[in-house]
Amino acid sequence: MRPEQQGVEVAVLVSVGCHPITGRARRADQDARGLELALGLERQLPGSRVSLLHAGPRGEESEAALRGYLGMGLESLTLLEQAEGSDAIPALAEHLAAAPPQLVITGARAERGEGSGLLPYALAERLGWPLVNGLAAVETIENGVATLLQALPRGQRRRLKVRLPAIVSVDGAAPVARQSAFGPARRAELEATSVPAEPDRELAEWQLAPARKRPKRLKIVKAASARDRFKAAAAKAEGGGGQVLTDVTPEQGAEAIFKLLQEEGVLR
Amino acid sequence: MNEIKRRDPRKEWIARNRLHPQHLEVLAERGQGAASEWLGPNGVVRKNPHAIGFIGPNGVKRIDRSGAQQGGQAAGSTRQAAQDSRRNVTIEAPAFLVAVVPELSGGRLSGHDKDLLGLARRLADADPERPGAVLAVVFGEHKEEGFGEAGIDRLLHLDDDAYAGFAPEARLAALSAVERELAPRHWLLPDSPLGGADLGRRLALRLGERPATGVWQIEADGEAPLGWRCTARGAAESLDIQRPLPRVALALAECAEPVDETRHAAEPLSLAEAIPSAFSRIEDLGQVAVDPAGVALAEAEFIVSGGNGVKDWDGFHHAARVLGATEGASRVAVDDGFMERHRQVGATGTWVTARVYLAVGISGAIQHLQGIQSCDKVVAINLDPGCDMIKRADLAVVSDSGEILAALVAKVEQQRGGQRDAA
Repeated sequence: MRPEQQGVEVAVLVSVGCHPITGRARRADQDARGLELALGLERQLPGSRVSLLHAGPRGEESEAALRGYLGMGLESLTLLEQAEGSDAIPALAEHLAAAPPQLVITGARAERGEGSGLLPYALAERLGWPLVNGLAAVETIENGVATLLQALPRGQRRRLKVRLPAIVSVDGAAPVARQSAFGPARRAELEATSVPAEPDRELAEWQLAPARKRPKRLKIVKAASARDRFKAAAAKAEGGGGQVLTDVTPEQGAEAIFKLLQEEGVLR
Repeated sequence: MNEIKRRDPRKEWIARNRLHPQHLEVLAERGQGAASEWLGPNGVVRKNPHAIGFIGPNGVKRIDRSGAQQGGQAAGSTRQAAQDSRRNVTIEAPAFLVAVVPELSGGRLSGHDKDLLGLARRLADADPERPGAVLAVVFGEHKEEGFGEAGIDRLLHLDDDAYAGFAPEARLAALSAVERELAPRHWLLPDSPLGGADLGRRLALRLGERPATGVWQIEADGEAPLGWRCTARGAAESLDIQRPLPRVALALAECAEPVDETRHAAEPLSLAEAIPSAFSRIEDLGQVAVDPAGVALAEAEFIVSGGNGVKDWDGFHHAARVLGATEGASRVAVDDGFMERHRQVGATGTWVTARVYLAVGISGAIQHLQGIQSCDKVVAINLDPGCDMIKRADLAVVSDSGEILAALVAKVEQQRGGQRDAA
């Protein structure tokens, strides 16, 4: 076996999600995608080890949600037990620094609490590791350098080379998570260790409320006269300023379309 | 002596009498030119409709009663006046700085950037006695010319190859240098997947701040440390978090109205000290060619859509492949079994956001036009010159779709072949 085919150690940070309609605890969608990515990596690079890590309180509801990840085919999950409302970042950073994995995969943002998406950045800053956001796929890992595909808006992809150890965050562009099997999830083990935790005082001071609908922006027409205001209000949304080519040969028509496509830069 | 106004009743009479042979001379003498309105002898305002108005595009004389075109002025001049109505603002000695890092997607300020600059102006102009200045930090090349109109007082343009592509570490080093030298009171970045969300979070943690993310509203609050409080979205868009505005804020689109009444100086600025070059552990290998068929229809950039007018479906698929476009379809094409259901564009199918939408043989039912509302450029190929799609289109070709597509494919292939030869 070639040396670059060695497996890597991957830690997946998981959180307790929140179903968007019922509000029940579930495995978080992005974190599950991250785990799916890690499991794909395990298949791709034999000898890789995937470990699951969660910091938070242990309760009936959260345990059921965490077992959703275990049902994807893992045997154990490390739970750093903390009181409700404490800051997870110091505990996670300490745990990762103690036994550094080569790759840490997280979801882009949590489905509960502040959900600011800061956790991967805070960990990267504390550990001094590079961070790549919006990961779509891991192509290869060779000699401590990973080649990754980053998802860009409009379905585009960018290839990046990152030196390991690194933190990558995953959003909706990553592969969809497999189903969680109930039996293996029940049999798997939650290894809970109690860690000292600081309460997140800043978050406790803020006012949280269910999201209000954001006001729609009105089309404001600044016109000096009533006639201009009327014209702006009665104008059709469609410009109507389009160019219409009639009685042209197919070549001329194609030429005109080709020119527009080139101006817009959509032809590659 | 001169203060006494003397009337010449005879000349007044001549000025009123349009048929008098000396009428025009008298008018010119009295400085009225061709008078369109005057006070009649009985105190009634008289109007001469022949002296006003302008010749319309069809050669018919039009009179604009709005008063905007009195005296036959050209329409362009009023538009000119509307453009010049922006107040010029120059802030010489700002009390503080509000730093904004616009994304400049495609080299221009996006709507999101302009909203963010509007928010920055609100922060800067809160106290008219001690106004702050808005500093924009722009990376790489750009095509934007309206920085002043968007509300920027100081412009720091960092043009270096190191900032091209995905270079968060180099950009972060530059922003840290800005922080050390200029120490802005606020940092504002767009919370958008194009790069602002990533850079903003990195910057906040480098500065040791806990940023507000997903900010969509701010209001003044005397008790907060910076004098503002903000409302931010949290927990997968399901929570509103009210908190004091921190130094670094990442704002959503439509967080404030863009600037539209003032024009700012956009003075170029440069840093005194050189920016330390960052050691990068991330290497950008460039964009990857993706299979357009695999791109989700809702987020595809370029869509070729087929409808009832397409007869040669093999040619259509071939054209889409050659053009590198994602395929879409109208309802009829889907119902007739030529395309899969998930390719349907419109009210029942997908609402698309393509920059260029090429509609082939689609007449444009209202449900379909709804689905393409947010497309920038629509190109239509259709046989019926009166159809709704042609009215909507920016470029329409009235011809048979198969022939046009074949010609277009030939053209593109010829172009690519030529490029390959040249290379």
